Amino acid sequence: MNERILQVEGLQKSFGGLRAIDLLDFTVVKDGVKSVIGPNGAGKTTLFNLITGIIPPTGGVLQFAGRSLNGLKPHTIARLGISRTFQNLELFGNMTVLENVMVGRHIQTVSGLFSAGLRLPGMRKEEREIKEKAWEELQFMGLEEKGAMKASALPLGEQKLLEIARALATQPKLLLLDEPASGLNMRETGKLSETILRIRERGITIMLVEHDMSLVMEISDEVLVLNYGKKIAEGAPRDIQRNPEVIAAYLGEETGNA
Amino acid sequence: MGKKDFYPLLFVFLIIAIFPWLVGGNEYYISILIFLGINGIITMGLSLLMGYAGQISLGHAGFFGLGAYSSGILTTQYSIHPLAAFFAGIFLSAIIAFLVGKPTLRLKGHYMAVATLGFGEILFIVFNELSPLTGGPSGLSGIPILTFMGYSLEGARYLYLVWGFVILLLLFSLNVINSRVGRALRAVHGSEIAANAMGVDASRYKVQVFVLSAVYASIAGSLYAHFVTFISPSSFSLMFSILLLMMVVVGGAETIWGALLGAMVLTLLPEYLRGLEDFEVLAYGGILMVVLLFMPQGILLGVRKLFEKKRN
Repeated sequence: MNERILQVEGLQKSFGGLRAIDLLDFTVVKDGVKSVIGPNGAGKTTLFNLITGIIPPTGGVLQFAGRSLNGLKPHTIARLGISRTFQNLELFGNMTVLENVMVGRHIQTVSGLFSAGLRLPGMRKEEREIKEKAWEELQFMGLEEKGAMKASALPLGEQKLLEIARALATQPKLLLLDEPASGLNMRETGKLSETILRIRERGITIMLVEHDMSLVMEISDEVLVLNYGKKIAEGAPRDIQRNPEVIAAYLGEETGNA
Repeated sequence: MGKKDFYPLLFVFLIIAIFPWLVGGNEYYISILIFLGINGIITMGLSLLMGYAGQISLGHAGFFGLGAYSSGILTTQYSIHPLAAFFAGIFLSAIIAFLVGKPTLRLKGHYMAVATLGFGEILFIVFNELSPLTGGPSGLSGIPILTFMGYSLEGARYLYLVWGFVILLLLFSLNVINSRVGRALRAVHGSEIAANAMGVDASRYKVQVFVLSAVYASIAGSLYAHFVTFISPSSFSLMFSILLLMMVVVGGAETIWGALLGAMVLTLLPEYLRGLEDFEVLAYGGILMVVLLFMPQGILLGVRKLFEKKRN
């Protein structure tokens, strides 16, 4: 149960003189929900961008399931089994809801330019499977009735769910959710927390960046607190809530919904 | 191919099939339709590159020339079978496109345009200066007319050959768009960062589509060479690259059909305007400006929008 899926050691990222991530060490245990919290500008999204290879670290080591992620390109890291959603939605607005999720099947399929252009039997079979799996993920997220709509035409809350469906379609081992609850109302957030737990039941490890503290405290197994790129606390939600340093970092700033 | 493409395809097929009868075998009209097909083959490839992969090329006249000169040189000076020369052109264009595309497709927007423009110019100079092979500025003549089973492919027969290629490549392109590869391309266009996070190797697909579009242009070039039987560098200059680009933009880069429509408009327009004599260029430019001002997404989507507005 205590198998480590992600190990981060001495991670550093500087933007010019600014240390966005400063000598960070932590691990993520398999099959759990690990939340990353901290005030705005603490380096949470930067951390996600480092893990997924969108930006290279200045120093330190990232290890995923025993493999180093350093120097790998984002699409290679996706292939290893890390998927994510984006804080500022990055949907393919020019495509339908279903097609968005179908793109998520990319790494699980192989058809190339020629088998596609000639519609070879193998490609057609694969295409059917892609569609089936994509529908399954849409159903899982409760979006099955929106499949034919343009992704950009969905309301914000459903766009957020669509990003999760698309990420799930890649069959990740580790799923990074970047503020999935921002912009959602109370009822939607309640549903989201159930959904996240259902994703965990599928054997997918989850890392969550979130400002909604009640959501974080409700579903997290472990919480990592960042401030100015440094770890100021790590542990079970209950201990984090009582940690004086965490309270100090948050006091006068925000305690509830961001 | 999606279901919605079936009827337009059938329509194109039927029009081409009866066209020689419609015009009473008029060679002038048939030759215009042949040029339209040749241009259409290139613009379909460019539409994949521009509308779907989101990359621009100002060097496709060069690939068109590579195909034309491969067919021309190999059949006239080395007496190689036209079909072998045709494939040699495709092979050569694919390899050169790969070597050129690999480094230049890392560039974005204007930089990519300038890099491909430079490449097109280099080929233009090669066509001019390699006179022992290409005949230099005075051109290469005596390219054989194709024959098939004893029939020489002229007039309506050549029309069918060219449009056979148009329809096959149209089918191929539509299939690519509605596939894993096409979705990956559109995804890169929609959000490159998210496409990468989904495991799409964007640069790999950009290179593949660049090569594919170069192959389309080379096919068109070979068909062109065997039709006009005389080629000279001026047909493969930057001006033609720009004209191709305009066809794609005017028709609508984001659909293959739009690119084909653009090829049609810009191939036929000069023929219609010929009666205006001195004012031809002025009218031509004016029409293009009006189209792009009022239908920035191209004629196809522009007209579709008009119809939708009326219906509502």
